Amino acid sequence: MKRPSTRPSTKVVLVAVLLVALALAGIVSRFADSSPDGLTKVSEDHGFAGSGRTHQGLFDGYGSLTGVIGVLVVLALAGGVTYVVRRRSRDDRS
Amino acid sequence: MHVPDGFLDAPTSAATGAVAVVTIGVALVKARTELDDKTAPMAGLVAAFVFAVQMLNFPVGVGTSGHLMGGALAAVLVGPWTAILCLSVVFMVQCLLFADGGITALGTNITLMGLTTVAVGWLVFKGLQMVLPKRISLVPAQAGIGALVSVPVAALLFVGLYAVGGATGIDLGNLATAMVGVHVLIGIGEGVITFLAIGAILAVRPDLVYGARPILERRELEIRTPTSGAAA
Repeated sequence: MKRPSTRPSTKVVLVAVLLVALALAGIVSRFADSSPDGLTKVSEDHGFAGSGRTHQGLFDGYGSLTGVIGVLVVLALAGGVTYVVRRRSRDDRS
Repeated sequence: MHVPDGFLDAPTSAATGAVAVVTIGVALVKARTELDDKTAPMAGLVAAFVFAVQMLNFPVGVGTSGHLMGGALAAVLVGPWTAILCLSVVFMVQCLLFADGGITALGTNITLMGLTTVAVGWLVFKGLQMVLPKRISLVPAQAGIGALVSVPVAALLFVGLYAVGGATGIDLGNLATAMVGVHVLIGIGEGVITFLAIGAILAVRPDLVYGARPILERRELEIRTPTSGAAA
């Protein structure tokens, strides 16, 4: 019932997902709508936008380069956390 | 829907911060049961993918935009507890590196856009999976509906938090109507993106989709007993 020849390997799928994420953050994000998002718009319409305060982040907002860096930072952190807490097939099912 | 500092008062922000910390703590323990050799490598990439797609604001009506939250998507791909860890990382990076969402509001943002969309998205998905026929082909739509529902629920929860600790006194009925209205539209986008992303992975490697595994395992059990019918 296994069809290894027709199914891409896990590695291929993982690399494809990473490339898609990098392309979305680095290229497609240039075409994102820059209008205020739902909450920001509602806060403007209902008169509480002024109570919001911004802080200084490491980067000056999202750009192609910082977006790609963000993707890689998230990958490293989330990948690291889940790698540490994962179930190891050997020591767990001895 | 990233909440900035100042929208909610300090006690409310501290409360959501406590909810986030406790839930992440539970998730660190529970995620272990979800993360095996197949899901573990996927988890980091799912977080990275959600981060990238959250950059892509799409228009919802005139002068308003919205973006994916990703709770249902991540939960169906890698399991709900792992999804909580993934989305929490996304919101932390957005807050600290991009000043997207306030620092005192980090717990609020994790609670609203992380915990809420994961919980609602996953429960709706599992509920639909329980009552509908056990078919792989239904998984993307079930995930999409879970995603759609999760966004207005998160918006409504924001209104609830605003009722408790909002900065200025405003009409809460109007706020709820406006928040749910625009977030139903954003939810439709969330549902479509979730449907397409889950459908794409499912088409090439259904075994990599956590939410599809119960159906795949059933199918394998049926396939492995081909002689049972003849014997009976």
